[in-house]
Amino acid sequence: MKLDKTDRTILNRMQDDLPLVSHPYAAVAKELGLTEDDLLDRMSRMKDARVITRFGPFFDAAALGGAFCLCAMAVPTEDFETVLTKVNAHPEVAHNYERTHRLNMWFVLATETPEGITNTAEAIERETGIAVLQFPKLQEFFIGFRVAA
Amino acid sequence: MIDTKDREIIEALQSGLPLVPEPFAQVAETLGLNEAALMYRLADMKSRGVIRRIAAAPNHFKLGMTSNGMTVWDVEDDRVAELGAQIGALPFVTHCYERPRALPDWPYNLFAMVHGSDRQEVEEKRAEISVILGDAYRANDILYSTRILKKTGLRLKKKG
Repeated sequence: MKLDKTDRTILNRMQDDLPLVSHPYAAVAKELGLTEDDLLDRMSRMKDARVITRFGPFFDAAALGGAFCLCAMAVPTEDFETVLTKVNAHPEVAHNYERTHRLNMWFVLATETPEGITNTAEAIERETGIAVLQFPKLQEFFIGFRVAA
Repeated sequence: MIDTKDREIIEALQSGLPLVPEPFAQVAETLGLNEAALMYRLADMKSRGVIRRIAAAPNHFKLGMTSNGMTVWDVEDDRVAELGAQIGALPFVTHCYERPRALPDWPYNLFAMVHGSDRQEVEEKRAEISVILGDAYRANDILYSTRILKKTGLRLKKKG
């Protein structure tokens, strides 16, 4: 999908918080000088085209009493798809990326309890026979996450 | 923490907020709440940090940010806090964390995510980080992401 200037303006704005009002899209559309219909139509098209992977609340697992942990595995190339299916089958796996390294599968576990991290990592190790290295954050130096579209 | 009703709200919203003129009213109806009650609970969860924001998660690849490099650095422990703050403040760094090393496989304790339109741009940014870290780091590496394998965000398990 080719994004035009209006799509990019919408995408930049929509990475910030949506107002908690009855007609939130109308409020944002007004800010941007658009109609609500146009905004919703463009948002739906960007979602369908997977330019937007998700639109909605970002929950903080830690504030829910749970935890996040970045994990990595060194998966042999020939087993990659099989291992991927097993790893992604866990609902605790929130994101997963293939990366250029011997440790080639990097995923984030988001669990409702701190013990959930270890339990899930151990379950994945049992199912795949591959060690799951855990890299929990010790310090966060930047919280923002915005991409200029 | 969260009560049963908050939990139902989270379950109803974890796949996303509907793109309709009155999204809160629509979700409230499915939960047997009125719109005002749902909005009150969402505001409360925001004030407690359970919800960070209601927003779009963009796909970097589809935005032309096709190069995504996780730069990793082995930084002296007693300088990582001070230097991590400097790296995290760089405009092109979207995430920056101190994480534990996993020796002997993994000597790196500072992770800084860098996005760019191509690998050359990412390498230039990596070089800028290297200058700032100076003699405080011993080794570094970069891991490019070649594929998104999953991206769903937090999912609650159904209880009961």
